[in-house]
Amino acid sequence: MSMKTTLATGMLLATVGTSAMAQSLVYCSEGSPEGFDPALYTSGTTFDASSHPVYNRLSEFKVGTTETVPGLAESWEVSEDGLSVTFNLRQGVSFHSNANFTPTRDFNADDVIFTFDRQGNSENPYNQVSGGSWEYYSSMSMPELVSSIEKVDDYTVKFNLTRTEAPFIANMAMDFASIVSKEYADAMMEAGTPEMVNQAPIGTGPFTFQAYQKDAVIRYLRNDNYWGDPAKVESLIFAITPDASVRYQKVQAGECHVMAYPNPADVADMQSAEDIVVMEQEGLNVGYLAYNTQMPPFDNANVRKALNMSIDKQAIIDVVFQGSGEIAKNPIPPTMWSYDENTVDDEYNPEAAMEMLAAEGVEDLELKIWAMPVQRPYNPNARRMAELMQEDFSKVGVDVEIVSYEWGEYLERSSDVDRDGAVLLGWTGDNGDPDNFLAVLLGCDGVGGSNRAQWCNEEFDAVIQEAKTLSSQEERTALYEEAQAIFKDQAPWATIAHSVVFMTMRPEVEGYVVHPLGGHIFNQVGLSE
Amino acid sequence: MLNYILSRILTFIPTFVGVTLISFGFIRVLPGDPIIVMAGERGMSDARYAELSAQYGFDQPIYKQFWDYLTGVMQGDLGNSFVTKRPVWDEFFALFPATLELSICAMLFALALGLPAGVIAAVNRGKFFDRALMSTALIGYSMPIFWWALLLIIVFSGNLQWTPVSGRIDLLYYFPDPTGFMLIDSLTSGQSGAFKSAVRHLILPTIVLGTIPLAVIARQTRSAMLEVLGEDYIRTARAKGLSTGRINGIHALRNALIPVITVIGLSVGTLLAGAILTETIFSWPGIGKWMVDSIFRRDYPVVQGGLLLIAVMVMVVNLTVDMLYGVINPKIRKR
Repeated sequence: MSMKTTLATGMLLATVGTSAMAQSLVYCSEGSPEGFDPALYTSGTTFDASSHPVYNRLSEFKVGTTETVPGLAESWEVSEDGLSVTFNLRQGVSFHSNANFTPTRDFNADDVIFTFDRQGNSENPYNQVSGGSWEYYSSMSMPELVSSIEKVDDYTVKFNLTRTEAPFIANMAMDFASIVSKEYADAMMEAGTPEMVNQAPIGTGPFTFQAYQKDAVIRYLRNDNYWGDPAKVESLIFAITPDASVRYQKVQAGECHVMAYPNPADVADMQSAEDIVVMEQEGLNVGYLAYNTQMPPFDNANVRKALNMSIDKQAIIDVVFQGSGEIAKNPIPPTMWSYDENTVDDEYNPEAAMEMLAAEGVEDLELKIWAMPVQRPYNPNARRMAELMQEDFSKVGVDVEIVSYEWGEYLERSSDVDRDGAVLLGWTGDNGDPDNFLAVLLGCDGVGGSNRAQWCNEEFDAVIQEAKTLSSQEERTALYEEAQAIFKDQAPWATIAHSVVFMTMRPEVEGYVVHPLGGHIFNQVGLSE
Repeated sequence: MLNYILSRILTFIPTFVGVTLISFGFIRVLPGDPIIVMAGERGMSDARYAELSAQYGFDQPIYKQFWDYLTGVMQGDLGNSFVTKRPVWDEFFALFPATLELSICAMLFALALGLPAGVIAAVNRGKFFDRALMSTALIGYSMPIFWWALLLIIVFSGNLQWTPVSGRIDLLYYFPDPTGFMLIDSLTSGQSGAFKSAVRHLILPTIVLGTIPLAVIARQTRSAMLEVLGEDYIRTARAKGLSTGRINGIHALRNALIPVITVIGLSVGTLLAGAILTETIFSWPGIGKWMVDSIFRRDYPVVQGGLLLIAVMVMVVNLTVDMLYGVINPKIRKR
């Protein structure tokens, strides 16, 4: 079905007339989604348009926190050995309908099994549909983690795991775990149009998908049969507006109610404007400089600490982030549970750093700094950041050469164990679990891959591995605090910054909450008269 | 005339093959592996990498990949986007009407102002009007598009609130788009005010996109007119006592149009493919932005297919221009 037919389909569904459009919330989004089946993609722009308005998951992140709460599963039990998790599903939840599909039954265990089976089982007829790349499913190690999924009865599903994995419940709240309708998928397969599952999504969420015009607009209508608190507005419209200055102009002109990702340079102006509201929160990310801890002299923690002490982080926040960032002292961001407030950051002290280097017998040190060729929330301008560091390091007698590669090359070469130099990179959290930062970025398994410091510290690794097997958040917090202390002492990275996320909106917008996981969620957002 | 057109069409074939080869080779010469770019910071296991390589055919020798691509193209299959997984063909035709509509409006705007301005400047050569016009044209030609567009938005949409900031139509209006041309669809939608809204949304992007062609056309018309006005037959016409309007409008302008049409033909190619900045700023859902996004994402099928389709269109436009020469100057079609 072509884009135009999709639009026409939406038209048939459309029950709102022009009068109802007064109850429309218009969000100026930054780009087009890649599709509407969240399991196929990894970008936040796609999740904003698909998983948040249209779908639900077994567990959900409570908006504004990284805490998991019941979603399509009313409750769950973890077995004593931690090797199986049983979800008790919510009853009486109906899927949306569209011109090509009307559900004949409510959501049940078959939908849950289908959702995951198509991602993990190459025999599933949907495994290869729409390109069939289930990147998040594989990057969260689900194929190795889940040994089988059993249907106990229509409203009970049991996941058998190969190991104990505390973040599993949080994984089930991630976008890739959005529950799709098996009945819809079957109907579309029979009609010979399986790609419709990705193009005209059917979910259980607070909004039903109405129409999409690439690079222009996405329309949703309120789902009046929603099982949870119904949406506050009758329709939700994404006006796709790639340029940040133009988004701001549109908010000012009243063409949009809310916009994401303002230019850092515009934020001061927005904050002083009378009819504009700006919200801010630290992003769930960290930007860092990873030394190669397997290469002398960077295998010496004192040398790394001395280098960390020579970096003027405040200057980086001011110049590179233009205020839209804050200094990072831990490898996890402050909005994440178990973040250790008590960590003391290395003080900026070039004289002491020079003495430390001399005490370690390091002279005429040369260092390559790798600067990313792309902009990221955790590092808006890596080249500029590298230049500032070059200047800082030159003050302690370290000669820096800045290198860069095309992004794909950069990612590949920087993973190399024999890599020469320290790498600027960062990470944005997936599931709000500390394991998603500490194990992925600093665990021994990540050496030669996502562990850019090539740092394998047995003590650290033992602590994070143990934390993964516990279900009590309190006990896990204690272990992760211990891990953060080891990290700070060993300094495999210089932690640079967490970005600050700004949301700009008109004063009539009510109930918007900045979500620490980065999504833009409008389920409970209303407009005052 | 028929032979002339046929011979022109025959030259299409080698150009088409060449463009296919260049569009295939161009994106592969750029460093950056699309699979690694897709995985980003998250990375990917070797097994998964191998699986995806096989799925996209990257494990095949390059000549085999090209052959597969070429045979696909011959059968009208341009492949599916790596990113959206949708056929390149579908994506192109969903976006192209927006680009075409904007390009046509921009070209009409440039012609409507550029041709008379050039003629008037030539007739008043060296006078104040000529100098003022040509200086303005030079400024228009050198203006950074991004800055010009934002300036217009801030003044006309922000301060004066005469025009909307961006988009193709007020989001209040919602109707099917059988043609993809907003002016036509809004007119046939039967919703009152929709057409007016579509026109208002077109004003600023048309001015921004039309500015450079306007400047080029004005300057080209002026110089071509000056050349023609110095010809003997114009002096003869004057000697015969024809009115200035008739001499300038019919005898001079018609002959001056040949180089002007060449410029128009070349500008159309630029308009179709080069509206990227205008499209980005005005959130205009066209093919310029689509292509650039695809290059950054190393979305091979989209870059290859998009380049090929744009090249074919530019070839068609230039063929039309060549035929127009024949209409304007019978000497050319007899050659």
